[in-house]
Amino acid sequence: MFNGASNLAEGVDKTFVFIFIIAFIFIIGLTVFMIYTLVKYSRKKNQKAKQFRGSVKLEILWTVIPLVLVILMFYYGWVGFAPMRQVPDDAMRITAIGRMWEWEFDYGDGKLSSELVLPVNKPVRLDLVSEDVNHSLFIPAFRVKEDVVPGYDNYLWFTPYYIGDYEILCTEYCGLLHSSMVSKTKVVEEDKFEEWLANLEARGDIPDPPGLVLLKETGCLACHSDDGSRLVGPSFKGIYGMERIVVSDGEERTITIDDDYLRSSIIEPDRDLVKGYNKGLMQSYRKELNDDEIDQIIEYLSTFTPEGN
Amino acid sequence: MVNTSQENYLEYRGRFKGLMGWLTSTDHKRIGLMYMYAIMFFFIIAALLGLLMRIEKIAPGQTIMDAQTYNGVFTIHGIIMIFIIVIPGLAAVFGNFFLPIMIGAKDVAFPKLNLLSWYIYIAGAIMGILSQFIGGGAPDTGWTFYVPYSAESGTNVMFALLAAFVLGFSSILTGLNFIVTIHRLRAPGMTWFKMPLFPWSLYATAWIQVLATPIIGITLLMVIAERTLNIGFFDPALGGDPLLFQHLFWIYSHPAVYVMILPAMGVVTEIFPTFSQKPVFGYGAIAISSLAIALVGYFVWGHHMFTTGISYWSRWFFSFLTFIVAVPSAIKVFNWISTMYGGSIDLKPPLLYAISFIFLFMIGGFTGLTLGALATNVQTHDTTFVVAHFHYIIFGGMGFAFFAGIHYWFPKIYGRMYSNRLAYIAWGILFVGFNLLYFPLFVIGIQGMPRRYFDYLPQFQTGHVISSIGAFILVAGLVVMFYNLIYYRRKGEIASANPWKGVTLEWQIPSPPPLENFEEIPVIKDKPYTFDNKEEKASTGN
Repeated sequence: MFNGASNLAEGVDKTFVFIFIIAFIFIIGLTVFMIYTLVKYSRKKNQKAKQFRGSVKLEILWTVIPLVLVILMFYYGWVGFAPMRQVPDDAMRITAIGRMWEWEFDYGDGKLSSELVLPVNKPVRLDLVSEDVNHSLFIPAFRVKEDVVPGYDNYLWFTPYYIGDYEILCTEYCGLLHSSMVSKTKVVEEDKFEEWLANLEARGDIPDPPGLVLLKETGCLACHSDDGSRLVGPSFKGIYGMERIVVSDGEERTITIDDDYLRSSIIEPDRDLVKGYNKGLMQSYRKELNDDEIDQIIEYLSTFTPEGN
Repeated sequence: MVNTSQENYLEYRGRFKGLMGWLTSTDHKRIGLMYMYAIMFFFIIAALLGLLMRIEKIAPGQTIMDAQTYNGVFTIHGIIMIFIIVIPGLAAVFGNFFLPIMIGAKDVAFPKLNLLSWYIYIAGAIMGILSQFIGGGAPDTGWTFYVPYSAESGTNVMFALLAAFVLGFSSILTGLNFIVTIHRLRAPGMTWFKMPLFPWSLYATAWIQVLATPIIGITLLMVIAERTLNIGFFDPALGGDPLLFQHLFWIYSHPAVYVMILPAMGVVTEIFPTFSQKPVFGYGAIAISSLAIALVGYFVWGHHMFTTGISYWSRWFFSFLTFIVAVPSAIKVFNWISTMYGGSIDLKPPLLYAISFIFLFMIGGFTGLTLGALATNVQTHDTTFVVAHFHYIIFGGMGFAFFAGIHYWFPKIYGRMYSNRLAYIAWGILFVGFNLLYFPLFVIGIQGMPRRYFDYLPQFQTGHVISSIGAFILVAGLVVMFYNLIYYRRKGEIASANPWKGVTLEWQIPSPPPLENFEEIPVIKDKPYTFDNKEEKASTGN
């Protein structure tokens, strides 16, 4: 009965069933009782009405019973809902972008897709981004829905259980073509997903690697160009693995530029100075950058081989 | 007791005659009817817009109108229905007409303010209608005006916002008038707990109107400021917070739902004892339930925002309180049914409508619990399930209570009787049409049919077709009902002062009531709804 298409379906569907059973019993029960009353106490049969005004016992009874039932309903609703906010750490992260009037799914590295392709049985977290007005991402089969609000970091997550196609709808009114803002979720085998993702053409902006971000933020590129032009310091172009003449303690020697050299140049720039550049122009970045960040910069610069750029 | 020494309010001729006599009248009864005629007029427009929507949805894709027109139509349908019809609705019509009579007063506390409220209402209503036709085209934001869309849409959003703002003042002033009237003008001997329950429900309603309406007024002005002056309250592009709007909007608009439904509960509470010839069961419980609903109803607005990204614990608390506010409504249902139990029941059209009210209200209420539970809300939020739920509450609840009320008080208002036969026929058509129209929307809503969709996926068509057929049947029922009421208001049999053998004060005066209601202000000795030994314990002063 509760074999929904995602891990969240069971909690939702159980709550539906629980509330609907109680609703059905009460609506049918009270309606039948009303009809019974209308027939039994119709004026034809019953000329004289009984003149009672109430009963404290009954009032307490029909305050407490509904109170208990609604608290139970609340509890079921809460239990079904709570896992929706507990995203597993290993969930795959995809950014879902809503704009008038289309969905776009960003798999990272500039890989954008208008359909949400997912591997089966893997938890996935959708980070919801709006580029204009409010939208709401709704996948009825998975029992997930969360508004896509500009300026808010909303999210939802789920694990799809079955291979197949599922509708994605927009459920927050967003203007003219609101009802056309639909897409599809395609749940596929994991290897098919990997293949699909590998073949997905990068269309969007590729984000800067962290090393480049650090070079920009720290201001390195103000003195070191990446295109070979000479600024205050030597250019990064083709730097990794290149042979250079450096001046160490007044003596010239030839070294090959590697991780260690790059590291020491960041921490102690004047120790092995490239010939033709003056001392004291670069300060130590020991305080500005921690070891991880230095590693990231080195990793980035290691792509600047003589053969490469 | 019944006397004819005073002219009745329909025939009375003051300084002006004819239409001007009505438009300048400060008589609460005439103002009540003026509200009713205006509401009927706007209701016909909005109901026809609803029918057009249902025709459009009979098949996927474009049927009779394009997407932009459809978006305008559902927006205007919502604005008219909510702000112009159901918020003033019962309180403005039956509240104005019967509140003073039921508490033994000659009029409301501020009759001139009352007339002014009507003019403000008309001004707001006309602005609302005009927004459909002038300038940039019909507003297309939905009646909820969510930003950022409402801040960006090129349509007449401003005009519609101003209309809602103006209508709010009418609501506040009417609420204020009723509060003062109930506090100051009760007949001698009518203590709070000797007051009938319709006035009790109006009292709870009036406080909501006075306290909550200013919030929506300010909020709508903030959107106007955002649109004209680019002040970034709500639009994130200007540094605002789009959820702030939703909070402010629902802080008013959720209590507003109780402004709609509380007087409806009050009306049926009058009908059950009269047609059972038996006192209200659990008078105190019903009166206090009204106040409890009004009070707790202030703190549940967040359930309109469960999927907006509000925090985990916000969702928890708003869900919990939503369930708590269901309890007083349940208490009322039990008491209404118990009022009939053991009575001498005469199933006249008003009672039939009132019983249908209970049935439809129960369906609306339980589906409301489905929406209030966090897990099921995720599936049903912003789907046609919500549309069906609130139409069951507002149309099945407030609407059917209004129909019950007009069939109940019609002989008092016009001094004539409608055709019972036509009333039963109209009821049958309305009841079938109503359920056919709205019930399928629950089903396709759970399956994932979003609301406010011009187009839809083919698997939802069956539900939409049944719903559209229901719409035609419902409209047919409305035509029969309106015909019955409009035709027989002048041509019907002359009604006696008390055709249903009611015991509240409005039945102790002639039909139609004389200009100042009471020859002599009654003195109240009995508990309300005393049916036995009426002759010895007559509750009026003669």
